Amino acid sequence: MIYQGKQKIWADYQKEIPDDHWYYVRSCIRQNFFPGAEKMFLEICRNVLKKDFHENENHTTCGGIAYHCDTIPQETVMTIVARQFALMTEAGYENYVCSCITSFGNYIEILETWNEFPELETKIREMLWKACRREFNKPKYVAHASDLIYKYRNLIAERAKFRLVNKHTGEPLKVVEHIGCHYSKMFPSKGVGGAEYPYVLCGMIESWGGNVIDYPERRHCCGYGFRQYHVKANRGYSISNTHKKFESMEPYHPDMIITNCPGCPYFMDRWQYAIAEMEGKTYGENGYGIPVFTYEEVAGLVLGYDPWDLGLQLHQVAVEPLLDKIGIEYDPARKYEGVNHKDLQRPELPGVLRCC
Amino acid sequence: MKDNILIIGGGIAGLEAASQLLKLGYNPIIVEKSDHLGGHVADWNRLFPDMTPAEEVVSRLVAETSEANIFLNTEISFVNKLKDSYNIMLSNGISVITGTLLFATGFSMFDASKKEEYGYGIYNQVMTNRDLEHWFNTGKDARIPEEGPAAMGFVHCVGSRDEKARNPQCSKVCCITAVKQAIEMKQKFPEAMIYCFYMDLRMFGKKYEDFYISAQRDYGIRFIRGRVSEVSENIEGKLIVKAEDTLSGKPVKVTLDLLVLMAGIVCNPDTCKTAGLISLPVDSDGFLKSRDNIADITESPKEGIFYAGACTGPKTVPETLAEARSAALEIHNYISRKK
Amino acid sequence: MDFGFKISPSSAVNLDNVDLSLYDRLAEVEPDIRKCIACGSCSASCPANRFSGMSVRKAILGLQRGKEKEVAKMLSTCMLCGKCSMVCPRGINTRHLILSICKFYKED
Repeated sequence: MIYQGKQKIWADYQKEIPDDHWYYVRSCIRQNFFPGAEKMFLEICRNVLKKDFHENENHTTCGGIAYHCDTIPQETVMTIVARQFALMTEAGYENYVCSCITSFGNYIEILETWNEFPELETKIREMLWKACRREFNKPKYVAHASDLIYKYRNLIAERAKFRLVNKHTGEPLKVVEHIGCHYSKMFPSKGVGGAEYPYVLCGMIESWGGNVIDYPERRHCCGYGFRQYHVKANRGYSISNTHKKFESMEPYHPDMIITNCPGCPYFMDRWQYAIAEMEGKTYGENGYGIPVFTYEEVAGLVLGYDPWDLGLQLHQVAVEPLLDKIGIEYDPARKYEGVNHKDLQRPELPGVLRCC
Repeated sequence: MKDNILIIGGGIAGLEAASQLLKLGYNPIIVEKSDHLGGHVADWNRLFPDMTPAEEVVSRLVAETSEANIFLNTEISFVNKLKDSYNIMLSNGISVITGTLLFATGFSMFDASKKEEYGYGIYNQVMTNRDLEHWFNTGKDARIPEEGPAAMGFVHCVGSRDEKARNPQCSKVCCITAVKQAIEMKQKFPEAMIYCFYMDLRMFGKKYEDFYISAQRDYGIRFIRGRVSEVSENIEGKLIVKAEDTLSGKPVKVTLDLLVLMAGIVCNPDTCKTAGLISLPVDSDGFLKSRDNIADITESPKEGIFYAGACTGPKTVPETLAEARSAALEIHNYISRKK
Repeated sequence: MDFGFKISPSSAVNLDNVDLSLYDRLAEVEPDIRKCIACGSCSASCPANRFSGMSVRKAILGLQRGKEKEVAKMLSTCMLCGKCSMVCPRGINTRHLILSICKFYKED
């Protein structure tokens, strides 16, 4: 691997990301899968870095899941998106940042489509007006939330309490980065670092002390693929893709996986359990799995937030071995204690995959 | 006094044209931007179809043009159009007045790193056709171990027939070059497993098909019809290459020690710059536009300006030499007609 | 545990794992097998093709990709009429080749 070669490509795909004043929209599914991730994003941006991030409770799904599952026509998804832009406009913002990768791809695709076919934009403006009497300006800038954590990565590193380093050996942790397909595969120029060698997560890992692993199936889809998972008959196909990725990264003995998509961490985390049950195989050390994180969770960890406040107890693969490696302290007794000390109850432990 | 003819480019087209023009009694002046003559051919080792040493071709042409004025490390700074001639200022401060210009500016090789998925400049074991010729010439390249690669591959059409890379044209010479280089590697390393990944094989020239048959039958080179889609590196630093075997309709995957990218022929950007100085038109393929692509390939639409070789499109060595001779004759006819 | 779905095997051909030792021995006897350019004229003129899927082109490719069993099964439907030898532009003696393949791959 020639690192300078990658740097050359990264230099070609840089974005001028505005520093402040963002309108933030959430993902449909992330709060269920990784409940601490979006909260941590706002916490870091607003309270740690003192930036202006506005949120509005009236925003909805971007329609991306339905669009990718082929259940709604393009005009519908465009009108939904137009309404989101209207909310941003009404709030007085011009920079739009979304939590979800498929939303990001969806917004970019729609804006590019309107650029190519302005008559379609006119039609959508009419439809939005008829539907809810709203008008919108197109955002000056659309970013994915990982673009912003990438932009702030060094500010986060300056304030970090922990680094992605194995405290027992002093070696950087071996980190797999996985980029959601819709981040830059559709529009390579819209992603930090492009589509073949995206830099958005690599930059965070490097800044926070870890070592990035480039394994043969790095570019492969996590296997979610919307209707490939949602239709039960297709799930074998979904898990086969995930399995392929784990088989490919296995020889590198990764310490952790960082992702920037709603679906990827979920499937890479949960399918490790399913693979263990089906094949009797686990990919971490001592029968554990490889812990999978969102970038916000990792940012929270290095900044010293309590792992249980980050919602890491909702991961299938146990995160404790990694916390021990980094030297992050946690109270095992608090693992299943929710907000306001509510008892979340203990989950049943799987048969093959070792969990704490 | 002998007529001056300014030849832009000291590759094989410019040299051959100069050699002919000397014989016809003219005073050719070659302007070459690099520090050596022979252009791309000087970087090559052996030439198909008879494995002629490239050095032989270049040194013969250099010997034949010893009487010509040659300026190395020199470029055209600007051009002033006079009444029936051009005043051309060179970067070395010399100015030339001539009624006749010959573009022998050749081509550029496609920058293989633009095909990001192949990892040129990123994965250690990926090289280009030119790098391999350089190794044939010098024996120096860290990518090729002394005992040779156990398995290696050639990727055809890198930056050719590729609309996304903005080069829809076929580069003509890469198919036969890949087969030539595959045979040469097999001759050096008989135990190596060698693959050629192709879309289709365009074996149009003299004895090319014989080369192909020999590569198949005598050297056991394995041809896989399918474009390489992605290259990555495994933990041992070997390359994992993915393609579709379109004949069986199945994806194939193979681990290789070396991958050679057949970088194609694209228009030389310096040519376009110089052509811009005298408002020469560019054809839809990005190469210089001839007066007529069938009957007048060596003439530009502008009076007194001629072309030879790959500045009008991808060409083989014999095609380029034949065109250079043809251009010299056109120039001779043009000057005779004017007198 | 049965989830009602399974990890499906990859359909990709991994060329690293294709054992060509038998093919190479065959090629010593039938060097012309390497000359196939997959033009398909053998299959197009094969009387068995439309009834059984018999195809010399596919058989040669199959051997090169390690699908020996499929090839042996396919060749059992050949009627040895020799039409494919007549049309092969590379002059491969396909009839002789088929007999050699049967001999080599039956032995094992």
